[in-house]
Amino acid sequence: MSILLNNISKNYGSFSALNDINLEIPAGELVALLGPSGCGKTTLLRIIAGLEYADEGRVLLNGVDETDQHVSRRGIGFVFQHYALFRHMTVFDNVAFGLRVKHKRDRPSETIIKQKVHDLLNLVQLDWLHNRHPDQLSGGQRQRIALARALAVEPSVLLLDEPFGALDASVRKDLRIWLRNLHSQLHVTSIFVTHDQEEAMEVASQVVVLNKGIIEQQGSPSDIYDHPANAFVSKFIGQTNVFHVDSPSRLWLESTGLRPAMETQIAHVRPHDIEITKAVNESGASAIIEDWQHLGALIRIVLSNNLPHNETNTLVYAEMSNESFKQLELRKGDKVDVRIRQVHWFH
Amino acid sequence: MASLSSTIRLQTQITQDAAWVRWSLTAIALAFIALFLCLPLLLIITAAFAKGWSAYWSELTDHDTLSAIKLTLLTALITVPLNTVFGIAAAWAITRFEFIGKSLLTTLIDLPFSVSPVISGLIFVLLFGKQGWFGDWLYTHDIKIIFAVPGIILVTLFVTFPFVARELIPLMEEMGNEEEEAALSLGASGWKTFLFITLPNIKWALLYGILLCNARAMGEFGAVSVVSGHIRGLTNTLPLHVEVSYNEYNSVAAFASASILAGLAIVTLILKSFLEWQQAHDRA
Repeated sequence: MSILLNNISKNYGSFSALNDINLEIPAGELVALLGPSGCGKTTLLRIIAGLEYADEGRVLLNGVDETDQHVSRRGIGFVFQHYALFRHMTVFDNVAFGLRVKHKRDRPSETIIKQKVHDLLNLVQLDWLHNRHPDQLSGGQRQRIALARALAVEPSVLLLDEPFGALDASVRKDLRIWLRNLHSQLHVTSIFVTHDQEEAMEVASQVVVLNKGIIEQQGSPSDIYDHPANAFVSKFIGQTNVFHVDSPSRLWLESTGLRPAMETQIAHVRPHDIEITKAVNESGASAIIEDWQHLGALIRIVLSNNLPHNETNTLVYAEMSNESFKQLELRKGDKVDVRIRQVHWFH
Repeated sequence: MASLSSTIRLQTQITQDAAWVRWSLTAIALAFIALFLCLPLLLIITAAFAKGWSAYWSELTDHDTLSAIKLTLLTALITVPLNTVFGIAAAWAITRFEFIGKSLLTTLIDLPFSVSPVISGLIFVLLFGKQGWFGDWLYTHDIKIIFAVPGIILVTLFVTFPFVARELIPLMEEMGNEEEEAALSLGASGWKTFLFITLPNIKWALLYGILLCNARAMGEFGAVSVVSGHIRGLTNTLPLHVEVSYNEYNSVAAFASASILAGLAIVTLILKSFLEWQQAHDRA
C-alpha cells in the first residue's frame, strides 16, 4: 500500500518536532527514515501508525484519509525497539494474539490460527521456541518473534522503530540482511527508523534523510551518497572531509587544481575520492603521510596538508584498498602527491 | 587459593556489623514484636475464652454481634469492589494520559491517608447531617444517610479509596505502555487490551491492593464511629461492637468480637506474604 503524507506538523509545546512534512512512499518499497537523535523520525513513524496524532496535515494510506483513524483500525504492523512482547504469554500466544482478538465475524478458527502461527514461526526460523516465554529468548530472537507477531495480521504496511537498536553489533548485521531478504520475499511496504546511516544504506531501497523536523533529501542510497543535496546530507552519510571557505585547507584544496564553479561556502571530499601517489617533486608535494588505520578491507590514511609559509596544517583522510596501499610502499613522513577526483560544493 | 579465600573473608567482615550490633538489633525487633503483637493477641484469646467455650460461642452468636458481623461484611462487599474499579480507573488515567489537573488528582488520591479518620467522618456529617449542606433536601425526601447504613458505606468508601490506586500507579508507571501500544497496533480494542494485556501484568499488585483495602474496610473505627450513631443491631459494625460491649463491662463479648478481627488480621498477613512472594517470583 502506498503512503502519502501532506503537510504534517507536530509540536511539543514550543518545540517543533515536525515541520510541514510532505512525503510519498510507493507501495512495496523498503524505506529508511534516517536522521540524528531528535530529528523527528520516530514521531513521524508513530503518526503514520496512529500511535500519535499530528497537529496539522493529512495521512493517506492507499489513497484513504486515515488521519483521524484509530491505530487498531489502520491495518498497520508495528515493531518496537524493545520488542514489546507480551511477557506473560508464550511465543505462540504472542504471535497468535492479533488473530485471536479479531471480531468474532473475522476471526479464523483455532486450527487455522495454529497453522498460520507455525507458518510464521517457520518463516522467522524460530518454530522450535513456540512454547517459551519472552524472557527466555535472546534479543535477536525476540525481535524476530516481534516481527512474526506484526506480520500475523497481514498488515498493508510494516513500521519498525529502530528495530535493531537494542542488539549486539554482530546480531544487528545478521538481522539487517535477514530483513532485506524477508522484504524481497513478502513485498510488504515497510518503513524503518534508524540513526545508523550504514544500516539505512545497506537495507533500504529508498532513504529519507531528516534533520530538525524537515526532510533534507529523499532518494535511493546511491543517489543520496553520490549526489547529496546539501552539506548536512553529505556529512551525515558516509565519511567526508570538510573544507570551509577562506580556511588555509581550502587554499590547499585549490592548489591541487580544483576550483568551484561559483562562490560557495563549503567543499566536501569523500576519502575514497582522494588519490595518492608518491611525490615526484619533493618540494611541490601536496601532503605528508602522518598515520594510517586498518579498517578491514580498507586503509584509512591520515594526511596533513603540506602548506607553504608555515600555516597550521590540517588533517585530511583518504581511503584505499589494502592492495593499493601495499603497492605504494609508503612510510610515515613520506611526501605524496594528491589528486582529488570529485568535490561536492555547498552553500 | 589461600589468599583468595582470606580476601573474601576480609570483605565479608568489612561489610558486616560487629556481632553485638547484629544481636542487639535483632533482639530489639523481636522484643517489639513480642510486646506489641504477640502479647496483645494472647491477651485477646485468653480474655475471650476466660469464661469457657460455651460463653464465647453464645456471645458470638448473640443477635447484636451477628448484626455487627453482617454489617461489616456488607460494608466490605460494597466498598471493596467499588474502590477496585475506581482505583484501576484512576491508575489508568494517571499513568496513560496527560491532562490538566493530573497532579491534583494524584494528590487527592492520597487525601484520605493524610486526614484523620475522625475528620473524614465529620466531613460526611457536615455534608449529609441534619444541619449539613444537604440536610434539608435529604429530610424532605426521607433519605437517611448519617446514623444509618448508607453513611457507614460512604465513609468507608472514602477512607479505603487510596489502597488499590497506590499499589497500581507506580507499577503501571514503571511497566510503561509499550505492550499496550503493541496490542492496539495488532487490532485489539481498548477493552481487550486492558483485559488480556494490562490486567495479567498487574494482577499481583491489584490483589495486594484489594487485600489491604478489605482489611481497612472491615477494621475501620474512627470515621465509622462518627457517622454511625451506634444504634445496636442496626448501625454497629464489628469494631464498633467491640467498643460498645467493652463499655458495658461485657468483656467476653468484647474480646470474642476482637478475636474475629484478630483472626482477620492474621489471615490478611498470611495472604499478604503469599502475594508478595508471588510478585517477586513473577518478576524473577
